[in-house]
Amino acid sequence: MVAVRSRVDRLVSPTLSRHLLIALAAAVVLLLLSAQIGAYDDYNLTAVAIFAVAAAGLTLLTGLNGQLSLGHGALMAIGAYTASLLLKDHRQFPVIVVLLISVLSSGVIGIVFGYAAARLRGPYLAGATLTLAVALPQVATRYKSIFGGDTGLIVPPTAPPDWLGADFPAERWLAWIAVAAALVTMVLLANLLRNAPGRAFKAVRDNEAAAALAGIDVARTQVLAFVISAACAGLAGALFAYWSGITSPAGFSLSLSLQLITAIVIGGLGSLAGAVWGSVVLVYVPLLTSGMASTLKLPSSVADNLPLAIYGGILVIAMLVAPHGIQGALGRILAIGRARWGHTPGGGQKGVVDWDDPAPGT
Amino acid sequence: MSRFFVLTLIGLTQGAIYAAMALALVMIWRATKVINFAQGAMAMFTTYLALFAIDHGAPYWVAFAFALLSGFLLGAVIERVIVRPVESAPPLNVVILTLGLLLFLEALAPMAFGGQIKSFPPAFSIVGLHVGNSQIAFSPFDAFTLGAVLAVMVLLLLLFQKTNLGLRMRASAFNPEVSGLLGIRVGRMLTLGWALASLVGALAGVLIAPSLLLYPTFMDDVLVFGFTGAVIGGLDSAVGAVVGGLLMGFALSYVGGYFGSDLETVGALVILVAVLMVRPRGLFAVQRLRQV
Repeated sequence: MVAVRSRVDRLVSPTLSRHLLIALAAAVVLLLLSAQIGAYDDYNLTAVAIFAVAAAGLTLLTGLNGQLSLGHGALMAIGAYTASLLLKDHRQFPVIVVLLISVLSSGVIGIVFGYAAARLRGPYLAGATLTLAVALPQVATRYKSIFGGDTGLIVPPTAPPDWLGADFPAERWLAWIAVAAALVTMVLLANLLRNAPGRAFKAVRDNEAAAALAGIDVARTQVLAFVISAACAGLAGALFAYWSGITSPAGFSLSLSLQLITAIVIGGLGSLAGAVWGSVVLVYVPLLTSGMASTLKLPSSVADNLPLAIYGGILVIAMLVAPHGIQGALGRILAIGRARWGHTPGGGQKGVVDWDDPAPGT
Repeated sequence: MSRFFVLTLIGLTQGAIYAAMALALVMIWRATKVINFAQGAMAMFTTYLALFAIDHGAPYWVAFAFALLSGFLLGAVIERVIVRPVESAPPLNVVILTLGLLLFLEALAPMAFGGQIKSFPPAFSIVGLHVGNSQIAFSPFDAFTLGAVLAVMVLLLLLFQKTNLGLRMRASAFNPEVSGLLGIRVGRMLTLGWALASLVGALAGVLIAPSLLLYPTFMDDVLVFGFTGAVIGGLDSAVGAVVGGLLMGFALSYVGGYFGSDLETVGALVILVAVLMVRPRGLFAVQRLRQV
């Protein structure tokens, strides 16, 4: 009886229940939000959730295990093509089955890549993954009969279930699925990182020799990190297939891989929250800047390229002024706030602290 | 046999370009331990500048020199203004910085020079030479490409091995702190290293532009294959960069010729992985003891 109690205690640890609570709160907020916004914003919300899944996996690999991958777009492509091929022959497959099989297939392929990656370090791994990102879409181009060549494979949309009503928008349904997938991923990863595997990842990142001396199997830990990361990318890829409605090599160009790595660094390397911030930046900054560019009535050669120029400029400036990304900057602001007001447990609300707000009582 | 010969010639010329790009990356890596992902975009920009000069009536050779000079200056400015402040930042931050620069330059170029695809004139004829009665896939311009890359490599070798300046540059890259104590202006040496590297990159841009045509992302593949070549050779070795770049040229040409051009990049990946599985730090890596 006592043994069972302690096992239950261990399963439902304070950290796990905290993660579950945060995820539940986020789910409620996003559920209410998605009912308020239109189809266009649902579409963007879905994109944020998809990038968050992929970026969270990449954060685990690059931020916490120190393996630099410039080819995560290729792993997303594996998930997307798995989903598309499944749906090509079995249109009626439920979403959850498609997503799980995609996770599985990219995870299995991740084992192969992971073993290769575990031998490589720093820029050599970067070079290998970069080449992977360029090469893999070419396979789809080459084997047209299977992967549909450059035109790609059409992905049938997933229809909302009947109990939601006949006029429930499909965009909102997909947003729900993507957000749910993102939250499940986050909870699982957060829990993993709080426990022995997470500590092993960081130990290997910080000092391989010391980690090995402490009894950690360095190569195995690196492969494990790669597999989990690949599985996340596969999930994101399958969702991406539903989201874009077509899976083609052009959707998984090198720039997708590079966008993911910029997202996790801009968001704040090594934290899952940073992966979410980065995904928001990735989706909304180009939207904002292209909206800006179109209202300014500039010549088309300028207006078309202004968003990219601004995005590139933001990356450069962010690395110069906020090297620890958004999460790092938030942490610093919170720390300043705490120092000013004195740390009051329970009182300090996590969120934006107004920089110029005078301290109370002055 | 003749097909093999043709592919070898194509591979040699392409490989010279990749070797130049790989050399540029290795020079910057050795000087500042940065992989400059903006190298290709910088070369793209200087090639646009050369075309701008040609369009405004400058003779080819003036434009050629203009591209190299602007490459030199661009490299120096970028090192001094945006790379220096992040010198001690985590390596990944510098990677993101150069990626940001890549995107910025690729967006700036169409704004400044127009977005349409442009052709770039070669210095010499691109029609294959005649040997006896048959025409071979090797044009005067290909010969010039090979000669120019070779000349730059010899000049760099002389600079690094035979001159006092080269010695100071090598010392700064090898151990900045000790070099500083010995009175070397380390900062200047690093700036010069970046400047020379992007001059080499600019050369690659001007040489490849006639066959690839000129558009904002035209150097992306050259960067990827140059980087792959540098990794195959070993990032710490200039000789390795040249050998790796040439290997990439041959490999891509043979794979493209025998298996179809859409498998070129897959071939590159296979070769890269095969080399790295045997030698994880590249062909010309100096085996080091593991640092604890």
